[in-house]
Parts: sequence; C-alpha cells; structure tokens
Amino acid sequence: MLPACGDNMAAPVRIILEFGGGAELLFDGMKKHHVTLAGQEQPWDIKQLLVWIQRNLLKERPELFVQGDSVRPGILVLINDADWELMGELEYQLQDQDNIVFISTLHGG
Amino acid sequence: MCQVDEEYHDHITRHDAPRASTSCVKCKEACAAVVVRVGDAYCRICFKEFFTHKFRAMLGKTRLVFPGEKVLLAVSGGPSSSSMLALVQEGLSQKAHKKLRFTPGIVYIDEGGAVGLSMEERQKTVTLLQTVFKDTGFPFYIVPLEQVLDLPTSVLVAMPPSHRPSDTYKAAVHHFLQSDSSVCVTSAEQENMASVETSHTLALQRVLSSAQTLTARDELLSTLRQHLLVHKARTEGYSKLMMGDSCTRLAVKLLTSISLGRGAQVAQDTGFSDSRYGDIITVRPMRDYTAKEIAFYNHLFNVSSVATPTLDTKAGDKASIQRLTESFVTKLQVNFPSTVSTIYRTSEKLQTTHRNTPPNQNRDTPPDQHGDACLLCMCTMDASAEKASAFQATLISEELSVLKLHDAPTPNQQRSASVAPCSSSDCGRETNDGRCCSSDQDAAVTDFRALLCYSCQRTVKEMSSVKSLPLYIQSEAQLRHRRIQMKEQIHDFLLEDDDDDDDD
Ligand SMILES: [Zn+2]
Ligand SMILES: [Zn+2]
Repeated sequence: MLPACGDNMAAPVRIILEFGGGAELLFDGMKKHHVTLAGQEQPWDIKQLLVWIQRNLLKERPELFVQGDSVRPGILVLINDADWELMGELEYQLQDQDNIVFISTLHGG
Repeated sequence: MCQVDEEYHDHITRHDAPRASTSCVKCKEACAAVVVRVGDAYCRICFKEFFTHKFRAMLGKTRLVFPGEKVLLAVSGGPSSSSMLALVQEGLSQKAHKKLRFTPGIVYIDEGGAVGLSMEERQKTVTLLQTVFKDTGFPFYIVPLEQVLDLPTSVLVAMPPSHRPSDTYKAAVHHFLQSDSSVCVTSAEQENMASVETSHTLALQRVLSSAQTLTARDELLSTLRQHLLVHKARTEGYSKLMMGDSCTRLAVKLLTSISLGRGAQVAQDTGFSDSRYGDIITVRPMRDYTAKEIAFYNHLFNVSSVATPTLDTKAGDKASIQRLTESFVTKLQVNFPSTVSTIYRTSEKLQTTHRNTPPNQNRDTPPDQHGDACLLCMCTMDASAEKASAFQATLISEELSVLKLHDAPTPNQQRSASVAPCSSSDCGRETNDGRCCSSDQDAAVTDFRALLCYSCQRTVKEMSSVKSLPLYIQSEAQLRHRRIQMKEQIHDFLLEDDDDDDDD
C-alpha cells in the first residue's frame, strides 16, 4: 500500500487510538477508538492529533491529558508499539492505519 | 535498516508500518522499541530479558525471600502490581537457576466502597481480576476494604520475627532442594469476595469522610489498607508481603513522606524491606522499575491491568500533597530524565538508626512492648527523641491554645476524661464539673495523639473526631492508655535501674 500522493488534498487518515493506565477514564472508560482524520494539505502530525483529540474526544478536564503543545507529563506515547521518542515525538507524521497508544503512568489515572 | 521477524501479536500484519530507524543497543540488530534511559534504546526481546532479569536479580541480591517461603502478593489491579504478578508467574515457570522458589498467594483489596462505586461496578472489576488470578493457579483472596472495620486490635501489635536466627538463607535453600521442589497449589484456597453489607460500606465511608482533606484521607486509606493486608497475611500463614511499588511511586512517596513529616519513617516506608510488623516483612521488589518500563512491558506483553478509580482520580495537581508531589516529580522528569533515579538512589542510602542499633532494648522485643510504635502507622516513634524539636514546640503551643479556650482545666481533669470521651454531636450539655463536654473531646484527642507519630498526628488532626476511627484502633488506644496509666501508678514502687530489660 503506497501513501497517497498528488498535489491536491491528501486522503483521509484512518488510525487507531488507544488509552490505557487510567487515561481511558477521561474518555468514558473507552480504551480503543477507531478514528478518521479528514484529509488536509499538510500531513497530520502528533501535535495536530493532540488538538484534534482535545476537540473531538476529550470532553472534560483537558489539562489532565494535554499540557501546552504536548501530552501531560506522566503520559507515555507509543507509535506502532514503539516509544515515540524514537519516532520524532510531536513531529511524527501520521500514516494510514497507524496505531497510537497513550498510557498514563500517574497514580489513579 | 533493521528487521523484525518475531511473532508480533494481532493487528500488525501490514507491511508498511513506519519503524524507528534506531537499532537496539544490546543486540545491535533489531529495531529499538523502548528508550529505557537516554541513549539506551532496547528492542522488544532485549527489553523483555532486561525486565525479567531485574526481578530475579533484586530477589537474589537481597536474599530476604527464602526458598519455599509463603509470600503474599498484594495486587491492586494497577500496572505495577499486575506486572509483579506476571513476573512471579514467569519466574516460577523458569528452569533451574533462573527459577523463583517461593510459594506465592494473591490478595486483592477491593476499595470500591471507599470511592463510592456501586456493588455492580465492584463486582465487574472483581470478575475481571478473578480471571487473571485463576490463570495463575495461585491461591487468592479477594477482600473488601469494609473488613477493616472488623479487625482485631492485635493487628496493631508487632509480633516477634517468624524466622528463628538459625534460619539462614543457605540453610533454607538446602532444605528446599532436599524436599520436593515442585510447587503445587490447591485451588481450594481460592477465595471469592465475601458479601458486603451496605451498612458496612456506609460506615467505611463515614470513617474516610471524617478526614477533611484529601491528603489526610489518602493517608488514612493507605493506613487502613496496610492493616488489612497484614491481618490477611497473618491469618493465612504468610510471612512476607510483596508490594508492587515502582521506583517512580517510591520517589513520589519519599518526597511526600518528608512533606508530611514522616522523615524518621522514610527508610521503612520506601526501602526494599520493612519489618515494622515484626512477623510479616513487607518487600518491594518492583522498586528498581520506573513507571515507564512497567507501562511498556505491560503493553508489549499483554499484561492486563484494571484501572479502578482511587480517591484522587481526576483530581487536579493541587488536590493533595501526594498529588502535588507526583506532578512535581513527573514534570521534572520530562526535562531531567534522571530525576526519579536520583531520588530513588537517595532513598537507598537512608536508614533508621533506631532499629539497627537499639540503644537499650532487646533485639527480639517488638517495639510495641516498650510503647514506642505509632498506633496507626506502626513505625518507631520519632517523637520521643528530642525535647527541643520543632515537633515539641508545636505540641506545646497547641496545648496552650486548648487550655486558653476552655477555661484552663487542670491537667488532671484532662487526663481523667480520656477513657470515655463524649461525642461532640451533643455538645452543649454540661458535665458534672461544669465544663462543656467539647473540652473532654479535646482532651481525648490530645491523649490519643500521644500514641501517634508526628505525621499520623497531623492526619488525625484533620479528622472531625477520633471517634470516627474504626473500633479496633480505638480499643487498642484505650488498652495502651491503661497500660501507661498503670505504669504511672506503680512507677513509685519500681526499683530504679538503668537496665530496661529487668522489668519483664
Ligand atoms: Zn535487542
Ligand atoms: Zn504514625
């Protein structure tokens, strides 16, 4: 499967979001979310994804999930089962079928 | 470019998933998956090896858990204790020299009642955990926290160590190898949750809600939980209690303890082993793991954990001292990745001098018999030490302000009121000697506090009334008071002697 190319709008990106370690409690206890991000000119990155999550999935207490541009300290991010530190963190560009996992390591979620 | 051709679980069957370009520092071949420390990126397989080795190494190095010994694993369903359970399971299935040799059991304390979950929600969590526990084949006990209300006073008394001095580690290994080394578990010992009466749940909630701040409520809850765990270990014949505190948790606990005035108890609160109960030794084998390592291990190797709400779930950073400290440590950790390990290494160097070099008391005598263990946390009292400490100053100024408020009753009157304090709810009624009964209440509080360490005094101070503490704590308090009074009464008849041991 080749990434969609062309100079107009890119195709929508379908990804799987997972929340664990208590972070799911901020999302009605739902651990797994299949979401589709609308196609846009620039490719989606994690930074934009966080904004999207905040607007579309997270309904309460956003400060318990995001702080500033990034995730709240104590929340780990895995991109396709690898530490996001190895993948470029906020700059990582999302690809179709990516699996992004957020795990809270904070006590009680 | 690196290749990964091991069996990946479920969803990764596609070919174009972006991968990290870094290779593992250990095998130098596979793709790195976890950054353990800055510059140390491990692949899945090497990370697993690193993770499981640490557990064996910790138990091997400390030599405190004896072969064949009955060890009770306290599993809360959280990531760290679930990981610990998985490690024990894995360790027992290993061959020869890598094999763990103790006999595990599991205890789960259901705290749902304390945070106001419905019986259905609690049962749901219990059912999930039961499946996990059954798979292990270990005996397990599911205990509702409500049972803390029915504890005997003996849980607040330290017992003599269960191991005779001759029981050296080597002898135990030898003995274990002589006997049949296969560990078999009777599933008959698997215990479902006892039914909980609503009145009990309400009583428990009253106990906790009498603490006015989240900080005090947190402390109270962990004290009660600890008592119940020790009681369960004692009644089921376990001599070790294994807790899943991670390095990150312990770093937070260390700083929290200091903020709460538990400086003198910090070594016992956060060290590898903790012998405050005498016969039941608490060990913390997960103290070498960061919360990150645990989260990655659980995710990559499908160790399921159950998120149960705690008192401070969804609470903000400033809700309690515990929470604030955690946020401080994790925020610092982001920019200074060695924060947790630095705090943790500091805690390793700390130790209480009191226990290791008892000045004038017999080693085998539990501290309680000398009246110097805190009624709540069972730690050696810090308070007895210095007359000129900040702690004494606080006490004196508090006593003075109490006296002022209540027309200065004589110290004698205060003392006599301690045995049967009246409840504050019907305050306003005049007692025989013309004083308002609320001063009796204050007197009871003051007397009660004399049995507590500095930090537990702060916790009790946040409570609306000491009467709301569970009965076993109040009864033990009265017992200790009577003992102190008796000692005072016969004091004049005792022969003066420098040696403490003569009076038994
Ligand atoms: Zn490797
Ligand atoms: Zn205490």
